[in-house]
Amino acid sequence: MNIATEKSSPAGKILWAAISIVGAWCLGVVALRRGEPINAIWVVAASIAVFMIGYRFYSRMIATKVLQLDPSRATPAVLRNDGLDYVPTDKWVVFGHHFAAIAGAGPLVGPVLAAQMGYLPGVLWILVGVIFAGAVQDFMILGLSLRRDGRSLGHMLREELGPVAGVVAMVGVLVLMMIVLAVLALVVVKALTHSPWGTFTVAATIPIALLMGIYLRYIRPGRILEVSIIGLVLLLTSIWAGAFVAGSPTWGPVFDFDARGLAWLLIAYGFCASVLPVWLLLAPRDYLSTFLKIGTIALLALAIFLAAPTLQMPAVTKFIDGTGPVFQGNLFPFLFITIACGAVSGWHSIIASGTTPKLLSNEGEARMVGYGGMLMEAFVAIMALIAAASLHPGVYFAMNSPAALVGTTVEQAATTISQWGFVVRPDELTQIAKDIGEGTVLGRAGGAPTLAVGMAQLLHNVIPGEGMLAFWYHYAILFEALFILTTVDAGTRVGRFMIQEIAGLVHPELKKTESWTGNLLATAICVGLWGYFLYQGAVDPLGGINTLWPLFGIANQMLAAIALLLATVVTVKLKRERYVLVPGIPAIWLIVCTLTAGYQKLIGPISFTAAAQKYADALAAGNMLAPAKTVAAMQQIITNNRVDMVLTAIFMLLVVTMTLFGIRAIMLAWKNNHPTTHEEPYVALASVPAATR
Amino acid sequence: MTTAREHLQSTWRWAVQTARLCCGVPDYDVYVAHLKEHHPEKVIPSYGEFFRERQEARYKGTGGRCC
Repeated sequence: MNIATEKSSPAGKILWAAISIVGAWCLGVVALRRGEPINAIWVVAASIAVFMIGYRFYSRMIATKVLQLDPSRATPAVLRNDGLDYVPTDKWVVFGHHFAAIAGAGPLVGPVLAAQMGYLPGVLWILVGVIFAGAVQDFMILGLSLRRDGRSLGHMLREELGPVAGVVAMVGVLVLMMIVLAVLALVVVKALTHSPWGTFTVAATIPIALLMGIYLRYIRPGRILEVSIIGLVLLLTSIWAGAFVAGSPTWGPVFDFDARGLAWLLIAYGFCASVLPVWLLLAPRDYLSTFLKIGTIALLALAIFLAAPTLQMPAVTKFIDGTGPVFQGNLFPFLFITIACGAVSGWHSIIASGTTPKLLSNEGEARMVGYGGMLMEAFVAIMALIAAASLHPGVYFAMNSPAALVGTTVEQAATTISQWGFVVRPDELTQIAKDIGEGTVLGRAGGAPTLAVGMAQLLHNVIPGEGMLAFWYHYAILFEALFILTTVDAGTRVGRFMIQEIAGLVHPELKKTESWTGNLLATAICVGLWGYFLYQGAVDPLGGINTLWPLFGIANQMLAAIALLLATVVTVKLKRERYVLVPGIPAIWLIVCTLTAGYQKLIGPISFTAAAQKYADALAAGNMLAPAKTVAAMQQIITNNRVDMVLTAIFMLLVVTMTLFGIRAIMLAWKNNHPTTHEEPYVALASVPAATR
Repeated sequence: MTTAREHLQSTWRWAVQTARLCCGVPDYDVYVAHLKEHHPEKVIPSYGEFFRERQEARYKGTGGRCC
């Protein structure tokens, strides 16, 4: 594959012109047709056309002009081949690995929440965001890491922006991780609250994983495929059995928990899972969730193509004015904060500078893996948005609005939501709950249940059958819960190592990862940190997601801004100032979005400050505000909001600090008349003995 | 000329390699070949031993997965 000589033939030119015309036509239908509902296929076709054009032209420009990838240059995998971490690997294998690592719950949840503004804002942001920001970030960070022995983001920041900037970014990543774990765990809590069926199936994954772990360790070592098939069969059985558990008068109540109870269970579980040996619980669940994730994404794509649903949600709802029930705030900046993964996700910069650059056997392949992998993830986000928008809007809002706004009964909810202009009858809400085998659909914010209902309906259209809707619903819930919990376990372990590393700066003894004192202490701190936010979400007056998701979005986009700043700095350091805007524009856009969103969360009507003040004023007047019933609960809510306030301020400070470091590095590099970056020297691929490759 | 059977075999091999790599287990055959070529003095681990070592290593680093 030689990118430099890739030229369009006349036939190629005609083909690309045709793709552009079809894409523009589909996008026109999606964006301009009003009054009548459109079919999801228009959105799918428009997205595919945009992705193809973006890949063919923009990513090629980045590869040849900005990064100047050189297929004749030896990659870290070739130079440092050790057969384990650095291994030259087939590009499609690397692509599969990279996609599995970047695809998570993020692209499934964000677009569902953003659907409150209608499908159009979300679709446009995902398409524009991925082409000009998300895929650029993933691709450029991968490219930079490839030229630097596969170094990590933190390491590259230290080298290119200075040691202090590196430490600041490391703290940022740790805080971001705690918020990620808390908000994802909260998604599970919201999905399982008073759902014995769901709780049973998720609980059943623990003994299944233990069994798989023992099988992989002692019975048939390393037979991942075999054990995953066994695990999958057991999982499907547990979904089937869940219906009987939920229906049983003795077993039903055993698995029936409120949000607080579930939060405590998850905290206890997170602690245990991350101190147990990895082979016993964490690893087998990880395998199962990886395969289930890929399989379910494929299933969702198939269901959308076969069912070709009509989008019932309007293209744009009145909630673009910031009065929406799912999350507060105007389209700008909150749409761009809510849909993080799928459009641009800072977390990917850690993966693009992790394992992937150590596997590529040729620099030219970075384009497909980095840019192409992110386009795939954007497509997942588009599908999640379609699943949510194909639901009855009344049902969507009933599921995602906090009880504080729509009440706690189907009658209240139906009345309020109908007044918003999404006419729905109470019996429709009762019926849908019955169809999916749950007591209620109200107050199920967090994306997972909405997506599960959407997916269940799509799959039910393709494979009909009595009672199958409930099966598909619980399948979808299980699939999301499984990989979220795997992220929580693995994230807690990573957080623990990071905390031990930071603690090691003060007291070297704590740094030893084998030491039980250090291990338990750091794990407790890590679980305590995310557990605090999880519990806060579980008792939050607005249902938790409404409060915590913006914090997560701000943090994730903050990291993306930092990664794109790094790419901008390196572009200038390489004296390729002509192309500084390629990473520069998305960096500036994300800095503006995070700072604006942060500011609005600090000061003004939708801020944490205002929420704390509201409760403080009520407390001073001797009143209780729902859901708090005691003075202690009131004080808890006030404290929680103040903590969120401080956290928002910290994120803003981080963004500003990193921006200043970035500007300083850019100015210094601009004055220099020669490249000043820390690239490893060129080694010709041809000069490396073939046997090593 | 590759036959359909060979095609199928290479596709399967690709799928297994990808699936294993997604779980943090690199290709065993490649590793064995690497050891034989460059470190003939080292003992070649069995697949089980290799798998265990990789399993431990996967959860030691930072990152590795997304939200």
